[in-house]
Amino acid sequence: MSLVYSEEQRLLADTAAEFLLARSPVAAQRRLRDEGTAEGFDDALWKEMVDMGWSAIPFPEALGGLAFGCMGLGAVFESIGRNLSASPLLSSIVLGGTLIELAGSEAQQAEWMPLLIAGDKRVALALDEKPRHDPAATELRAERQGNGWLLQGDKSFVADGVGADAVIVVARSAGVPGERDGLSLFLVPADAPGLQVSPMQMIDSRNHAQVRLDGVRVDAAALIGQEGSAWGALDAALDRGRACLAAELLGMTQNLFDTTVEYLKTRVQFDVPIGSFQALQHRAARCYAHLHLARSAVMAGLAAMDDPKLDAAGRARLASLAKWKVGDAAHRISREAVQMHGGMGVTDELDVGLFLKRIRVAQAELGDADFHCDRYGEFVEAQ
Amino acid sequence: MTTIDDFRRETRAWLEANCPPSMRTPMPDGELVWGGRTVEFKNEDQRLWFERMRDKGWFCPDWPAEYGGGGLSPEQNAVLESEMRRLHCRPPQINLGIWMLGPVVLEFGTEEQKRELITPMARGEIRWCQGFSEPNAGSDLASLKTSAVDAGDHFIVNGTKIWTSYGDKSDWMYMLVRTDPDVPKQQGISLLVVDMKSPGIEARPIDLISGKSSFCQVFFDNVNVPKRQLVGPLNGGWTLAKALLQHERRAMSKFGEFALPNHVDLLSVAARYLPPADAGTNAEVALRARALAMAMDEHAYTLTAQRMGEEIRARQDVSGLMAIMKLVHSEQEKDKLEVLLDVMGHRALGWEGEAFDSSELALTRAWLGSFAQTIAGGSSEVQLNVIAKRVLGLPEGKQGK
Repeated sequence: MSLVYSEEQRLLADTAAEFLLARSPVAAQRRLRDEGTAEGFDDALWKEMVDMGWSAIPFPEALGGLAFGCMGLGAVFESIGRNLSASPLLSSIVLGGTLIELAGSEAQQAEWMPLLIAGDKRVALALDEKPRHDPAATELRAERQGNGWLLQGDKSFVADGVGADAVIVVARSAGVPGERDGLSLFLVPADAPGLQVSPMQMIDSRNHAQVRLDGVRVDAAALIGQEGSAWGALDAALDRGRACLAAELLGMTQNLFDTTVEYLKTRVQFDVPIGSFQALQHRAARCYAHLHLARSAVMAGLAAMDDPKLDAAGRARLASLAKWKVGDAAHRISREAVQMHGGMGVTDELDVGLFLKRIRVAQAELGDADFHCDRYGEFVEAQ
Repeated sequence: MTTIDDFRRETRAWLEANCPPSMRTPMPDGELVWGGRTVEFKNEDQRLWFERMRDKGWFCPDWPAEYGGGGLSPEQNAVLESEMRRLHCRPPQINLGIWMLGPVVLEFGTEEQKRELITPMARGEIRWCQGFSEPNAGSDLASLKTSAVDAGDHFIVNGTKIWTSYGDKSDWMYMLVRTDPDVPKQQGISLLVVDMKSPGIEARPIDLISGKSSFCQVFFDNVNVPKRQLVGPLNGGWTLAKALLQHERRAMSKFGEFALPNHVDLLSVAARYLPPADAGTNAEVALRARALAMAMDEHAYTLTAQRMGEEIRARQDVSGLMAIMKLVHSEQEKDKLEVLLDVMGHRALGWEGEAFDSSELALTRAWLGSFAQTIAGGSSEVQLNVIAKRVLGLPEGKQGK
């Protein structure tokens, strides 16, 4: 397991950095926010990302993918973070696509993988129900009805749910909330009667949705994988998502840190740059150390996804470590970034606030630091 | 034609044939072998391993063979290190001279000095100690006052050095002295090497809050040091000292691999002293979470050390990464021991005697010892200054130097 990018991955990282800086700088995200688009991302940009092959990176060649691994995706997500670029790469490809790759039937793969990879359609994962991420706590009911299923319940914090062509719903077909057994996945078309998707306007101005399933009927073919045993594939897909989101958080945090250090060098008070004050120097230096720890954890999390020698628990442990540590570093650095920018730090004019807000949402998404601390402990104790 | 792969094969075969199996096990406390005029071995395997590695020139594998080194290329040296790691070989000996002074003598020393100092060093025949800090020159090392006054063919050294590890057990010291008091402080410093048997030297061990220690204060009372024992140019010692400290940082990161033989596993201690996860009070649950978070941060540090190694092999610039390692490691150790103290309650507060088991007593001492880690070898504050100024490029403050 290597913790540095290979030559090829570095090339991809450079291409992504160059492309996003030109096509999707932070200013573009600010514009999207001000325009208030429902989808929260620029569809033309998404098409260009697809053309560059990013949507094919994680999948095996047999499914039309590039088999370039999560480490390769990580290089892209880091740049996405640096530029705050919005796209359905995480929701539709890393989470949705992975679920269909890992649990879908041949027919589902044949139908959906080309559509997703080509960006012709996109899916969103409807998982969270409670305020805090907890997949095993899923309550939304799936009951057999005739040849198909009846789905009843509510989901929220569904990333890129508005405008998705279909929603992958995590539902409980057996057991009680808290159990990992008894969960099933359903692919529900957006136009299914009884499915209601409404926007949740959140601080990061991205596309988040509440999804209500009020007596939604789907046929047997909508079930992804085996009834009641979605956990393995779900957890694996979530871990890929967590590793990629961790890379995005790393990119955001790195950018915020770099911007802040630059500000310390240029902002003059008492006739000197404020970066000459030791009180600020030491705090900046500590942030730098945490950023390095976070980078190591993120690289390990990404590498773990691609390492065939690790079992699910080994991958889970490193994915959780990555999300936990980068969340911790992002928290420290975003706080300091605002504080060190002083009065300007709390104005909307500076980009610092945009980063702060997106960081806070990304921290909560797919499990916050507390969730991943718990989860890491579970896998340590199991050893 | 020998390729690096041949070298790897040969090295692996040699290590397998020559490293006694007992030298491939984790090293218990107190089993380090220190090279020197008299070497103490705890058992025959230690002696065998020491002598075989010495005769191979592999105490300093990448030093020139003409001075007793192994003559390996950097690539071969990396192969040797990785093969030793793979077999879990213990270091055959520990010697400050090899890690710190040696590379500086090789770079700045005269031909005569290389022959006189490097050759015995490479054979593990001299135990070296370091004389840098003084009671009034700690973080501000360049303000040191121990003087070396020109007396024709020798210097006369007066003053005192502090925090010299094993000053009472070492054969020779490399030390920084003031050779010109009338110029800016960095410009009047020289590097001397001194035989600890010279008349006028006294080394006194220092007791610490954690009990007995290896640290000494060393006193110099009109000590004669021949001029050929000046390393590098007169008054040019500060440059050498900086080079030495860089080797120290590199050595510390290498040393880190085996410096903590009784590495405390936070989570197993938590499991032993706290009730099971599903029982326990809010406070106990919170303690468990603190222990977990600490273990995770430690894991992130281990991965960082691994990443640094990989970046070095990929020839990337790791100066920034290197600058955080000592800070992070020493602060984490302190934090971790404080968590353990809270987890273990009064069981971690025993000083000695039968009421506590040995692991509990060791923990108490480790906790008290951890305070020194964020002070010795460049305090955390100095490390933060280095990161802020040299890595982040933040401007010098008004009071500056």
